Amino acid sequence: MMHTSDLVAAIAKHRGDAIVISGRGGRHWIQHSDTALDLPLGDPAMGGHAGFGLGLALAQPKKRVILFDSEGDILMSLGQLPTIAEQAPANFYHFVLDNEVYATTGGQPVPGSKVIDYAGIAKSSGYPRAMNFADLDALTDALPGIFAAPGPVFVSCKVYPEVENTPINQRVRWRKRSAAQVVSDLRGALGVA
Amino acid sequence: MAEANSLSPETVIAQMKANGVTDIVWLPDSETNFLYLLMSSDPDLRLVGVTREGHAMSITAGLFAGGRKPMILIQNTGMLESGDSIRGWLMGMDIPVVMLVGYRGYTRHGVITDTVAHYTERFLMAFDIPFYLVENDADADRISIAFKQAEKTRKPVVVLVGDEFHGFNR
Repeated sequence: MMHTSDLVAAIAKHRGDAIVISGRGGRHWIQHSDTALDLPLGDPAMGGHAGFGLGLALAQPKKRVILFDSEGDILMSLGQLPTIAEQAPANFYHFVLDNEVYATTGGQPVPGSKVIDYAGIAKSSGYPRAMNFADLDALTDALPGIFAAPGPVFVSCKVYPEVENTPINQRVRWRKRSAAQVVSDLRGALGVA
Repeated sequence: MAEANSLSPETVIAQMKANGVTDIVWLPDSETNFLYLLMSSDPDLRLVGVTREGHAMSITAGLFAGGRKPMILIQNTGMLESGDSIRGWLMGMDIPVVMLVGYRGYTRHGVITDTVAHYTERFLMAFDIPFYLVENDADADRISIAFKQAEKTRKPVVVLVGDEFHGFNR
């Protein structure tokens, strides 16, 4: 297991000029960067982050797109994996934070969390590269190779759950921009507005 | 040949071209095979096939965020399934997109017996999504109207393709 804060810090060193969809790592990523190329979308509708990453990667093939997804999202939309594999965006780096629970609803277990091989699912869906990591040192050592080769690549990482159990409307809001504003800022920065 | 009074696939493609569509995010419905053949042979259109209609919403949002002009092509059954994704990934993110939705079960004659047709317009009204019905080539300018409305409002607009006179399967 690794801490999400350590995971995003390790990946931040390799970010370069990539667009980052901070997804389930958002509250930690914002400590590293909050520019127009950082996309803290919150949770528009669970299960859709991978699709958003695919669309963005297809639209901007010259820019790397890094996504921090979650295993709960992946399980909600397993069918997105073959779509991503078929489109095969070479600039898409798909990280999955696997904490084995639904952390934002109180930490209830994700079905099958102890037995699922997420990288195996991705590979069987057609991702050319897919891997699982359970500790930070191994991931840190592998990151240069992960970013040196073309995507799409699927990297599942075991992370400690950060369980929240307060009503949503009582939680501290860390995002500074609405999802619509995030998209508008990105389009301005890319010169496509 | 297409039936008289049908909406021809060529007309739909022409509307896509006239409105600058770059990507079709779609899942086949029961009426669209000839349209698929035309779209897939067009080098200027990218087809992104999905396995569940709700996936089309976030993919479309990502394409738009990156500067493309996507269009969604699904059936009304899948649209009903996609409600929360439409809310979160399209409406909540101000994505101006036209969704071309096959209106399964629709008829202007007799009684509608297919429940999905019964609920389709009610669903759109509940979500406050504007929609236009297109049944034949003479209605096709409504597709351009939908594009203009989506751009103006920065929200999704639906074009319901009436099934009755379809010309998509030749």
